[in-house]
Amino acid sequence: MSKPKVFEKPTGVKDYLPHAVAKLRRIERNVLDCMHRWGYEQIMTPTIEYYDTVGVASATSDQKLFKLLNQKGTTIVLRSDMTAPIARVVGSLLKDKEFPLRLSYHANVFRAFEDKGGREAEFFQTGVELVGDASPEADAEVIALAIASLQAAGVPAFKIAIGHVGFLNGLFEETLPGRADEQEALKECLLQRDHVGYRDILRKLVISDSVREELEGILRLRGGQEVCSQALELSSNPDAKAAIRHLCEIWDNLTAYGVQEHVLIDLTMIGDFSYYTGMTFEGYASNLGFPVCSGGRYDNLLEQFGRKSPATGFALKTTRIMEVVEDGAEEGQRTLIAYAQERKMDAIRAATMRRANGEIVVTALVSEEELDSFVGMVNRPLTFKGVEYDQFVLVNGKEGQA
Amino acid sequence: MTDNGILKVAMPKGRIYKQASKLFRQAGLPIPEDFDDSRKLIIPVPEANMEFIMAKPVDVPTYVEYGVADIGIVGKDVLMEENKDVYELLDLGIAKCRMSVIGLPDWKPVIHPRVATKYSNVASQYYREKGEQVEVIKLNGSIELAPLIGLADRIVDMVETGTTLRENGLVEMETLFQVTSRLIANRVSYRLKNTAIQELCDRLSTVIQVSV
Repeated sequence: MSKPKVFEKPTGVKDYLPHAVAKLRRIERNVLDCMHRWGYEQIMTPTIEYYDTVGVASATSDQKLFKLLNQKGTTIVLRSDMTAPIARVVGSLLKDKEFPLRLSYHANVFRAFEDKGGREAEFFQTGVELVGDASPEADAEVIALAIASLQAAGVPAFKIAIGHVGFLNGLFEETLPGRADEQEALKECLLQRDHVGYRDILRKLVISDSVREELEGILRLRGGQEVCSQALELSSNPDAKAAIRHLCEIWDNLTAYGVQEHVLIDLTMIGDFSYYTGMTFEGYASNLGFPVCSGGRYDNLLEQFGRKSPATGFALKTTRIMEVVEDGAEEGQRTLIAYAQERKMDAIRAATMRRANGEIVVTALVSEEELDSFVGMVNRPLTFKGVEYDQFVLVNGKEGQA
Repeated sequence: MTDNGILKVAMPKGRIYKQASKLFRQAGLPIPEDFDDSRKLIIPVPEANMEFIMAKPVDVPTYVEYGVADIGIVGKDVLMEENKDVYELLDLGIAKCRMSVIGLPDWKPVIHPRVATKYSNVASQYYREKGEQVEVIKLNGSIELAPLIGLADRIVDMVETGTTLRENGLVEMETLFQVTSRLIANRVSYRLKNTAIQELCDRLSTVIQVSV
């Protein structure tokens, strides 16, 4: 590759200008405040981690990890999510802390560039992990908090779809016992969202017509609570039934939170099978073609960091949420104090006092001629050198006038 | 993904549109056979509670992936080549053809095999998986020219009836996969407009003739 041109940046990364940062910070603050009120404490971890520990444990596939070598030649990854680093902390620094642990984070995460729509190499996630609680109450708490967080972020209209990996695992084991390759092929189709391929495989499988109908029927298992009862009839496998009962209990809890209007059940929605172990969910906002949050239960991760325990959590895709949230009004009054050379001390003292009171104050030394043109504009909104001010203060003339 | 319940449909311009709109009409959806002004890009179809976005076929998956169209109709060839993150809901069974390897009848293995195609991802993957080393040359049209003038020894292209091939003295050597048009949906629309999309799927399913 030729040398980059002076303004070029690596593919997939972005600069954020002040208005975008203000928006991002506002969302971040509102969401973290919301999580704080639910008792989640914020944690920070390093941007870089070892490939062999956090890199391997993360849900991100190998080719999407951003890898570097450190000075000793060890492979380092830029964190691809916060879940694996938090699992490392829970197993080490927090190993003596009693469960359940409620942790929140806001962080930039990295994915090696993919040639796919809307994917960035660096983006922001805001999320929580609830570690050490396997109950449906814990899953419901995390979903309800995701809903509260989306509301706190200002996302106007959204839905959360919930699924459960245990249902499909159980159903496939019941209908295709011991036929691991065929189960895998069907799951792969669902993971790729390829319903045509899924039906094609079913058509070619040596199975009874009733089983075929049953397996084709799961493509329609989407909707409200009624889906749970439909699913219970579909399968007699204990794992599948346990999964559905767990979902029903989550649903009941969500009813207690009063958020069921935001929730759908979709039993075909499956996350990465090797990572998620129970309930999984995804959030969708109208007017945005990509999900705005995702999460689920991952009971096998903590074990890799020496503290086997159940865990559940979610991440908001904060960078995407910026696209659907209204721009907020700028917070705080902005004042310009323009002063003449001989009144510098007074002007700076006045600015310091106003700042102490929480005002946004900019000071500007102006020439004699400029001063003249400013007279008569005092205490009014004004645009000075391209910046708008709500208030304008002039400090000139004799001492003691400001 | 506007919330007014209108389904935005990315429709491929040209050949597939005629067959797709016929299928929609058979399914009881009042879709016009042709539009008076074919240069129009966005066509409201209030009778069916839809809006058509008339797109170049190869762009349909992109519109759907980004959610500017809720659903779309596109050939499996394009889906395989573009590899977008969308739901593939239905095989519509229309615009049937196949993706094939084509060459001159007296083709013999060459030292530096070259394959010309519009479908460079599909062709590369096919030969990679077979463990054959070929150089894939991307062309944008008149693919049949390549073996005739010696740019490539074979081509990978869609074959419908084979007439063009025969006229140019070429033969089909292998078939990669069968191609039909598919109904695809955006990940978010599939959930937020579930009812409308499922109803459309059910209606279309009753009139689709899928050959197995």
